Amino acid sequence: MDLGPHAAFIVAAYAAAAIIVGALVLWVAADYRALARAIAELEARGAKRRSDR
Amino acid sequence: MPFYELANPHRFLQLARVLIPALAVLALALIGLGLGLGFRAPPDYQQGEMVRVMYIHVPSAWIALFAYTLMAVASLGTLVWRHPLADVAAKAAAPIGAAFCLLCLVTGALWGRPMWGAYWVWDPRLTSVLVLFLLYLGVIAVWGAIDDPGRAGKAAAILTLVGFINVPIVKFSVDWWSSLHQGASVFRLDGPTIHPSLLTPLLISAAGFAALFFALQLAAMRNEILRRRLRTLGILAAATAEAG
Repeated sequence: MDLGPHAAFIVAAYAAAAIIVGALVLWVAADYRALARAIAELEARGAKRRSDR
Repeated sequence: MPFYELANPHRFLQLARVLIPALAVLALALIGLGLGLGFRAPPDYQQGEMVRVMYIHVPSAWIALFAYTLMAVASLGTLVWRHPLADVAAKAAAPIGAAFCLLCLVTGALWGRPMWGAYWVWDPRLTSVLVLFLLYLGVIAVWGAIDDPGRAGKAAAILTLVGFINVPIVKFSVDWWSSLHQGASVFRLDGPTIHPSLLTPLLISAAGFAALFFALQLAAMRNEILRRRLRTLGILAAATAEAG
């Protein structure tokens, strides 16, 4: 596909979108994994909330 | 499920477990379809192929404005109704809105250089979007600066509501002041001024961005609920160790 004389700007815009959205998705997923692991470790050591008892 | 039942974090987590993957799949399908149709549409009669940037720039701008509006509504929920999930929603939306706002600024700069001859001008629309981005960073900084989630939530809610004045300024800046940025061409009283061959892919792409935003928002809210659960467990574990 010929994107014309300004192709580099179009490609750069889509690359920026992929990087920013990709980083956001990875950050949210990594945050979830770290939190779930930390909660599992604490619960394995016997920590429980009153509502869980 | 009645709306008020979502105030229960346990029920919210159950619902989020189902909705996050469904919204992610919907987002991928809609964005793929929107961009696919967008690249097959004819080039714009004035901007040529550069119009392809519209399919990511405009949805990013809409999501950036919508996320801040959601934060403002959630902030009212924190300050007025004290809804248990309100500050969770507000905190979760801030980095997501900031990312879409950054994407809007970056793609706008890359669109502006070949069309206007400059990456940046201190134009009312561009400047007010930059202010929106700085407001996002400010709200994120407030959340990071105060340890207690209750106090942080109230401080961030006040800043968010004060900053909400900027949202209509962004929207109407092109009408109120002389602007290099083009005026509204989709949400107009007399209807869209974009040809349907370009408008349809734009709306499909925007629907995909909206689905992506809601998937990320639910995932980030789930993370925030888990972060608070972890904090409570840590305090209880420390108290138990001290008592023992």
